[in-house]
Amino acid sequence: MGFDNAYEAISEESDSGHRWAFGTGFTDPLAGVDTRVPAGVDGADLAKYCLMLGDDALIMSHRLQQWLARAPELEEETALANIALDLLGQARLLLTRAGTADGSKRTEDDYAFGRTEREFRNVRIAEVADGDFAGLVARLLVFSTWRLALLVRLQGSADPVLAAVAAQGVKEIAYHRDYAAQWVIRLGDGTGYSRQRMEAGLVTVAPLVAELFAPSAVEERLAGVAVNPAQLRPEFDAVLAEVLAEAGLEWPEVAGLAGVSGQAGRDGVHTEEMGYLLAELQSVARVMPGATW
Amino acid sequence: MVKTLDRAMLVRARQVAQSVPDPELPMLTLADLGILRDVAVTGTRVVVSLTPTYSGCPAIAEIRAEVASRLGAAGFADVEVRTVLSPPWTSDFISPEGRRKLAEAGIAPPRSRSESSGGVIPLTLFARGPRVDCPVCGSADTVRTAAFSGTACKDLYRCRACAEPFEHVKEI
Repeated sequence: MGFDNAYEAISEESDSGHRWAFGTGFTDPLAGVDTRVPAGVDGADLAKYCLMLGDDALIMSHRLQQWLARAPELEEETALANIALDLLGQARLLLTRAGTADGSKRTEDDYAFGRTEREFRNVRIAEVADGDFAGLVARLLVFSTWRLALLVRLQGSADPVLAAVAAQGVKEIAYHRDYAAQWVIRLGDGTGYSRQRMEAGLVTVAPLVAELFAPSAVEERLAGVAVNPAQLRPEFDAVLAEVLAEAGLEWPEVAGLAGVSGQAGRDGVHTEEMGYLLAELQSVARVMPGATW
Repeated sequence: MVKTLDRAMLVRARQVAQSVPDPELPMLTLADLGILRDVAVTGTRVVVSLTPTYSGCPAIAEIRAEVASRLGAAGFADVEVRTVLSPPWTSDFISPEGRRKLAEAGIAPPRSRSESSGGVIPLTLFARGPRVDCPVCGSADTVRTAAFSGTACKDLYRCRACAEPFEHVKEI
């Protein structure tokens, strides 16, 4: 701190040895937190559940990061970067929790960079690419509305680590939801052309909604620890109805996107776009295994 | 005698930890920002407990390193920095002194959060954001220009009375 030029700061030999610039030298986000699994809770199931919620945040964050240098205005780019950063922070906590819950001691990097596509447990709405800004805000509205309803309930989880991560996340996601809702209203209630693009955006995300409320076997087994997503539907519908009414839009009636033999994101069955996303996300880790920065 | 020495070390360790500046809001110390939860001394070992402001706050790694390095320079060789996640940080933890320093630096401090805790968070749909007074001229005639800013904890406003743009620490 307090250098005359930026190069001096970058070349600083710090006490910790591996920190070479601001924001690097990541440390265990759960350092000092009691990560023992509560009595009566299955650690392996808890880890699987943490991966589901962690992967949702990680993959959504990566898609948002792809908007950087592509957003229509600097303010929107900053907003998307901040939302991506909040989600990345939630992902780091949840993936780290997974490695402590099942006793495998796998780190956030092991999970993010060392798994294959079929091992990712995110819902598919997190992974699809956005055709345009209207498609993005439609997807962000759906994702944030659903995740906020989920995290609000997760604050009462029997796992104190999950409950604490949820309590912090609720405040962040509430901002994301507001941001997305305001843009949906602005575009829906804007010009004829912006409205047309917004309607098209809703049509692209609508098939991915049903999957959000289908409970997986893990969520059903973890009653009291996990939130059963089926119970989120009424709140989700009410919030969407309020925003769409304000925007003068209607929710499109389209069929849900089919999975493979009834399997979807929570089972590790993803859309074609997921492979391309992971190829990018894991590229550096693949070229330089074990590298830290 | 030993007790007195322990207490003196605790006071000193606390003073050092409290006065570490936040890297993104350097006018604030960790104590002003309200992220310092506890400082404990056992023998020669110091344990400092911190709560991050946001889940993804990238400054937390820098803060941890800075706390350890400053305590090291003050003679405490054995320092552990722990994360405390619960209760989560809220902007209400910023001290009155911290609010004063923010305003002095031209950043509007957060208002106190009056919302009732628990339950479903209402959808605000406030395109203009909450009402914030201009930290430069004090006018209430301000408008939010962006819901996010250069750091996770702030958004952007503009004063219509004095025309100055300014940042505001968000209420979370």
